[in-house]
Amino acid sequence: MTTASPNQSAQNPPAAASLLRFENVTISFDEVVAVDNVSFEMSAGETRVVLGSAGSGKTTLLKAAIGLIRIDSGRIFLLGRDITNLAERQLFDIRSQVGVLFQEGGLFDSITIAENVAYPLVNRKTNQLSPAEVETKVEDALRFVELSHTLDKYPNELSGGMRRRVGIARAVITEPPLVLYDSPTAGLDPITANTIMALIAKERDSLNAANLIVTQRFQDGQLMANFRYNRMNGHLEPVHPNGGGDPEGSNPTRTTFMVMKEGHLIFEGTQARLEASTDAYISKFAPHHNN
Amino acid sequence: MDVIGVGSLPIVVLIGFFTGVVITMQMSRALAQYGAIDQVGPIVAITLVRELGPVLTAVLVAGRNASGIASELGSMKVTEQIDAMRALGTDPIQKLVTPRMIATAVMLPMLTIVADFVGLIGGWSIARLSIGLPSSQYWTSAYQALEYNDITQGLLKPFVFAFMVSLVGCFYGLRTTGGTQGVGHATTQAVVVSSVWIFVLTSLLTRIFVNLQ
Repeated sequence: MTTASPNQSAQNPPAAASLLRFENVTISFDEVVAVDNVSFEMSAGETRVVLGSAGSGKTTLLKAAIGLIRIDSGRIFLLGRDITNLAERQLFDIRSQVGVLFQEGGLFDSITIAENVAYPLVNRKTNQLSPAEVETKVEDALRFVELSHTLDKYPNELSGGMRRRVGIARAVITEPPLVLYDSPTAGLDPITANTIMALIAKERDSLNAANLIVTQRFQDGQLMANFRYNRMNGHLEPVHPNGGGDPEGSNPTRTTFMVMKEGHLIFEGTQARLEASTDAYISKFAPHHNN
Repeated sequence: MDVIGVGSLPIVVLIGFFTGVVITMQMSRALAQYGAIDQVGPIVAITLVRELGPVLTAVLVAGRNASGIASELGSMKVTEQIDAMRALGTDPIQKLVTPRMIATAVMLPMLTIVADFVGLIGGWSIARLSIGLPSSQYWTSAYQALEYNDITQGLLKPFVFAFMVSLVGCFYGLRTTGGTQGVGHATTQAVVVSSVWIFVLTSLLTRIFVNLQ
């Protein structure tokens, strides 16, 4: 098995456009600082894994990225536009170009799975599709997450893991250039969690979208960094087939880890650097063993 | 609209009927002292159409629907469905608030008309069975007592209440925080606040209409 997949060059465009940029962003709720002076930049096709314990501000960070939470100071650029001071009405258009998976899936429980997945397509202002086209796309999206049999079910009839998968289908149905995942594996058993992460990797490598993944589990990031979906045989394959970790300098999945602690961004770098870190808090997320 | 309108119909009919019954019974005793018991029709008609019909119906709808709206939107808020809606580029106000406001604004005046009418029937049943007033006298005097001003304020009030009740319900629903407990709190708040506002608004509107006469 070789790692040189035919689309590798396409996944690493030479001059990547900036999709999301935080400049000294500070957010506080009732005098409690949730995100403190955070800056980072994401370009097309890149994967970012934000690690942090509960309450470290990582979900706040994600919500601020699409303007769901107002920031106190700093600037946020989304898809090249400064969204810092945009009114809610102006944000709708930009937001509809970004995919989001919420912590519990965030599905609308009063409508069916098919209607949920179709929601972003039906409600976007531009590019209206015919009902038949929407139906085909919904079926494709649900087949992608292996849930094509649930079309007419309601969200409360599905398990937590299935709801998360429907959430992914809904997030990627418009084929957005940037997808945000809020704790995709929180509260799931390890096997289901792995299935979800495999789907996210599959989505990344099928659509070449950039991903911002907020999670508490280092394994989630490890999977994103070290595995790639092979479209030929439909399986996830390690990018380093000979085993061993990711050597410093080589990062074929373009995965960057970020660690949040009490609102501060205390680490940003590759998996190898994360694992080499001697900081007590960071090492809790990255066990010092490769593989 | 179906839930607000048809769902509220039985209780509105029941309360309307018994309100008419009670007014007639109470008033007949007072009126008998002045030998004016035949005036019971106009009194029931005016109190119901002007005040009790709109207010009682609105209070019932506040209890049933402001609470329903607040808990529904509140649950959506705490399960991130509102955030999801915003994140998918749609306006929750347009998707959730506007339809509820329209539905309430259409249904509440209709329910009020039903309550007024059923209340008059309740009054008639007592006037006929207990007081022994002839039916024709009751209905004719009740009908003649009503002026345009009464009808206008009787229909304008439920319209105003409808906007207020649905807005209060949506407002408390959408600003829910703190999980399931927060939903319960928002629901209680919505009912209490909208009920109080019904009485404040009816005082204001009555004041305006009384001056118009």
